[in-house]
Amino acid sequence: MVAVLAIMALLVAAHYQLPPAAVERPPPVVEAPAPAVAPPPPVLAELVVVLPSADGHVGAVVVERAGRRIVLDQPYAADRVGYESGPVRESVPVQLSEREVRSTFEATLAAIPARPVLFRLYFIRGSDELTEESRLELKRMLEEVSRRTAPDILVIGHTDRVGKEQDNDQLSLQRAERVRDSFIAQGIAFGRIRAAGRGEREPRVPTADGVDEPRNRRVEINVR
Amino acid sequence: MRWLVILAAAAFAAASHASDVGHIKNLSGAVHVERDGQKLAAASGMGVRQSDVLVTGADGTVGVTFLDNSLLSLGPRSTLAIDRFKFDTTTNEGHFDTSLKRGTLAVVSGRIVQRSPEQMRVRTPSAIMGVRGTEFVVKVEEPGR
Repeated sequence: MVAVLAIMALLVAAHYQLPPAAVERPPPVVEAPAPAVAPPPPVLAELVVVLPSADGHVGAVVVERAGRRIVLDQPYAADRVGYESGPVRESVPVQLSEREVRSTFEATLAAIPARPVLFRLYFIRGSDELTEESRLELKRMLEEVSRRTAPDILVIGHTDRVGKEQDNDQLSLQRAERVRDSFIAQGIAFGRIRAAGRGEREPRVPTADGVDEPRNRRVEINVR
Repeated sequence: MRWLVILAAAAFAAASHASDVGHIKNLSGAVHVERDGQKLAAASGMGVRQSDVLVTGADGTVGVTFLDNSLLSLGPRSTLAIDRFKFDTTTNEGHFDTSLKRGTLAVVSGRIVQRSPEQMRVRTPSAIMGVRGTEFVVKVEEPGR
């Protein structure tokens, strides 16, 4: 109150061109009065955009901001805050164009790692020799994997249900190790490859015991 | 051939750490990883762990593949904290939480989301995003920019 009076006195003094010395000085302010409203924290501009995936499927992202939930589930649907001029601090749903999104996130999108991929190779009955088709597939696979940076490779061998379980455990591991060795021989993923055998426990095509099923005589190669 | 295999197994043991939850695949420019108060220069193939913070410089980008096949990448001038990563390779159940402090992030969700939607979350200074799948991008501008 005193401060307000002092300011009014100053204004009056200024209006009448009185020398400031004629104005009574206000008492020193001991403590600054708290402002009625705390200044809001600075708002960072934020943007979230949902993209169509590589297979064309569009997923969804649920954005929770200041107690509101917004579901983005259309390609290039976006939620943004802090972009508008003035004190806009609420979410603003917008539809962006593919071009806008690609240019804003160009470097970021370019850095996405190669998609993990699964290969299957098949074997001749009771052996760790690949079928002729799978020998060609192996070549293609090695080429594809050699283009990746720092690949992690997991090779898992399987058998059909012909023969004893124990023998199949051994055979499945042998198959996996044989494929692993082709990676190593090519100088691929040296040091980042693991091989394991699962025997006849995880058939692709469930069968009765003793059934000769070519689709179960396989290794599955997960490349990440 | 056998010694090669043994050597490879030894190298794998050395290169991979039990608490690694992902690996750096793509890398360009200046990128570092903050871990236990230390600043480690990022390298291709390097393991990423829970509680790591990934930081890219003005010319830096980085791409990481996680154990559940989630893919994350950062553009230049970005900071991302790996707050939590839990994944059961048998059931595909897990949680994956990250925080983008600044910069740009691209996400391709993996098996955790496939199994349990919204168990992957990305935080920004003003929002929490629950991921139902699969690809999206996020940007947080730096103060004063």
